Amino acid sequence: MNTPITEDSTKQPLFRSTNPLHLTIGILFITTLLVTLGNLIFPESSVLHVSDYTVSLLGKYLCYALLALAVDLVWGYCGILSLGHGAFFTLGGYAMGMYLMRQIGDRGVYGNPELPDFMVFLNLTELPWFWAGSDSIVWMVCMVFLGPGLLAFIFGSLAFRSRVSGVYLSIMTQAMTYALMLAFFRNEMGFGGNNGLTDFKEIFGFSLQSPNTKLSLFVATAVILALAYCLCHFIVKSKMGRVVTAIRDSESRVRFVGYKPEHYKLWIFVVSAMLAGLAGALYVPQVGIINPGEFSPLNSIEMVIWVAVGGRNSLYGAIIGAIIVSYAKTRFTAIMPEAWLFALGGLFVLVTLLLPKGIAGLIPSIKQKFAKTSNSAEANS
Amino acid sequence: MHRIFLLWLLLFISGQSYAITTDLAVDASSEFNSLVNQLPKTKLRNMAPLIEQISQIQEPHTRDILQFMLDGELYFLKTNKQVVRAQAIAYKLYQLTDVLTEQSLADVKKSRISKIKTNNRLRSTLRSIIAKIDLTDKNKQVRLQAVQQLLSSPSKESTAIITELIDNEKDEYVQALMATTLSLQQLKAGDFDEKIEALTQLSGSLEPTVKNEIISLLANLPEKELTAEQQILKDVLSSTLDEIEIQASFYSALETVFFGLSLGSVLLLAAIGLAITFGVMGVINMAHGEMIMLGAYTTYVIQLAFPSMIEYSLLIAVPAAFIVSGTAGVIIERGVIRFLKGRPLETLLATFGISLILQQLVRTIFSPLNRQVISPEWMSGSWQINPIFSLTFNRLYIILFSIFVFISLLLILKKTSLGLHVRAVSQNRDMARALSIKSDWVDAITFGLGSGIAGVAGVVLSQLTNVGPNLGQAYIIDSFLVVVFGGVGNLWGTVVAAMSLGLTNKFLEPVTGSVLANIIVLVGLVLFIQKRPKGLFPQKGRSAD
Repeated sequence: MNTPITEDSTKQPLFRSTNPLHLTIGILFITTLLVTLGNLIFPESSVLHVSDYTVSLLGKYLCYALLALAVDLVWGYCGILSLGHGAFFTLGGYAMGMYLMRQIGDRGVYGNPELPDFMVFLNLTELPWFWAGSDSIVWMVCMVFLGPGLLAFIFGSLAFRSRVSGVYLSIMTQAMTYALMLAFFRNEMGFGGNNGLTDFKEIFGFSLQSPNTKLSLFVATAVILALAYCLCHFIVKSKMGRVVTAIRDSESRVRFVGYKPEHYKLWIFVVSAMLAGLAGALYVPQVGIINPGEFSPLNSIEMVIWVAVGGRNSLYGAIIGAIIVSYAKTRFTAIMPEAWLFALGGLFVLVTLLLPKGIAGLIPSIKQKFAKTSNSAEANS
Repeated sequence: MHRIFLLWLLLFISGQSYAITTDLAVDASSEFNSLVNQLPKTKLRNMAPLIEQISQIQEPHTRDILQFMLDGELYFLKTNKQVVRAQAIAYKLYQLTDVLTEQSLADVKKSRISKIKTNNRLRSTLRSIIAKIDLTDKNKQVRLQAVQQLLSSPSKESTAIITELIDNEKDEYVQALMATTLSLQQLKAGDFDEKIEALTQLSGSLEPTVKNEIISLLANLPEKELTAEQQILKDVLSSTLDEIEIQASFYSALETVFFGLSLGSVLLLAAIGLAITFGVMGVINMAHGEMIMLGAYTTYVIQLAFPSMIEYSLLIAVPAAFIVSGTAGVIIERGVIRFLKGRPLETLLATFGISLILQQLVRTIFSPLNRQVISPEWMSGSWQINPIFSLTFNRLYIILFSIFVFISLLLILKKTSLGLHVRAVSQNRDMARALSIKSDWVDAITFGLGSGIAGVAGVVLSQLTNVGPNLGQAYIIDSFLVVVFGGVGNLWGTVVAAMSLGLTNKFLEPVTGSVLANIIVLVGLVLFIQKRPKGLFPQKGRSAD
């Protein structure tokens, strides 16, 4: 049964390269190119024109895709169902938000050159210590990785060492996210409380309102997604990645062979958290706001369903899932907002019951069917 | 025959005595009426004896008339000298009520009526007469209020009345309060020895008035150059104050414990259903919070359906909510969860999907706004144990109810055949099946039981928080943490966990504020569980995995 498929796939021009890495990067590159061209070259009246709104929307989807990749890395390849990736994502977002907040300078409502508006509002006279240095790009980039990475490291090293796993870990991560949400909702935390950080003016000196900046952000997100995909692919295929996959399948066996599963788990958890933080940092300038609502447990679990829908045994599945579900959400909430939660809930139930491998799991069987029919066609002729 | 005779005799006697009392009453009331009608004619200096006479007659209106007079509402019509109660309803327009018959009369201009005059001395006489009437009232509450009134504004007259009545007082609490009032008056007005004696009497009294009086006395003493007496007085005062403060802090700690226990009971109610589905069956039900929500909405629907029976609505709602949520639980188990056996993470996701669907369903049917659930009368009010410590009934009932639910659940699991089957299936499914236990059926029923109890928790929560579509979400994380903290599969552990979380939360709250207390408890729990993943009371032996 197996041999004809491989033979067949070499014949198929579309599947000439069966390597998902090349295929995904290729599709991503072509889409980005088309969107850029559509936005810049074709006039607004043209059918092929891509509006600025769509560009921002696509940029947002790509951030989600990056986030889904991060979730897939720990869930699909290491079996850790994290319900805390929303926290890593949001922390990354806050790091970027703090930087953007400082870039506003004296153009805020209160016109204070040092303090963001909400701090003036809270009668603060100087920046809190943890805002020190937040106006430098280097600090921002460090914090985007360090914030989520450090949290993941502390949480992971405690949890994995004492062998908290499975559902317990999921609930713990959810509790962590929930606690962070409560904390960030407090004004005293110094992160803008309820309203979060918003009213951004410019990034690296470019106005966030201008269409060119939006397009550049979209392209940057696409490039970073492609790089992250390569990184994840490399990790998964590396020796370390294979150990991680082995841990997913049977942790105790890996331990008996002589590995230390907790080290591998911690390592992949931290990498994944950093990727999620990166996604958050890219997300904030494109949507223009970050608030504690992003910490809500529902968000974290929505990320998991992207991966579940796309297929958690493949990296490209995560990207497909994130984009499809987010697109469905955009459509649904626009057309009939009432129905979205029904649809999302139904998706949870149906995917887990009927489609445990997700959409990516369907592809081999479609291929197989395709091969069968073409084989029989050949035989008939 | 005997009986009929006795009955007849009884009727006769009671009829006789009735006639006598009415005769007396007629006498008394005619005398009373004539005395009242003398009021307009009497001169101010002859008023005191007249009032004294009026107060001697135990009429239902006696106290009212004196009170009206004290409040300056007692007038008489200039035309026929009829005594009336007049209340201003508009500028120079008065609404009249006949004080003797309580009949409303036509509204009149101010010029038509004239006030029955009083002066300060008369008013203080009136006040003490009213206090005396109240203090001899049959109702304990009225007496208590009267003493409290006197305690807050002590005077020489009140001291005299209380000294007169204290020995006749039957109720210990009222009597003690009377004694406190006397001592307080003594402390205020007495000489040095009396003051010291009063202070020994007052030490340990929890009345806020006593504490304030001591504080003000301390403040009035000069800072320096005290005489020997003043020095002694100061020492005694401050030591009494210390004693009172120690008592007060003890009771405030007791109050925090009570609040903590009631919060713990809420957590216990929310989590105990989960302790069954998650702890015993090992199923992750993220829709557990929505089972609570369904229970709360059931209460709302029942109050809507039977608006005349609000008092009993909760009693009806408890079984109704159990049935509604239990049925929902059975449907979820049969429809989804049984297909995901042995795949906990998938169960988690699927049940989360169900919780979203249920939330939206409620939002569509009942609107996304919070719904008002009425508290029946017997839930409100409080049990006043002493002046600074009282237990509110709703919290008290919740604590009792959660104990009841817990014990019944424990009995179901330990004493019934269903409980036996549940435990058997959870310990060794294959072996239980081999012994002809229908494991599928047991699963469905167990899940229904856990969900039903969540519904009952919803009834309780509807009395404490807003009933809205997000009600369940607020409790799901807490519930899971309580179960994991207590040790999965251990009902007693769940109780200890819920209570200790409730207490920790309430003891932290005054220091940190409620949100921060919540965060600290959450973080503390996460850290604890990472140290001891099996919780406080881990399962031991073969069933632990």
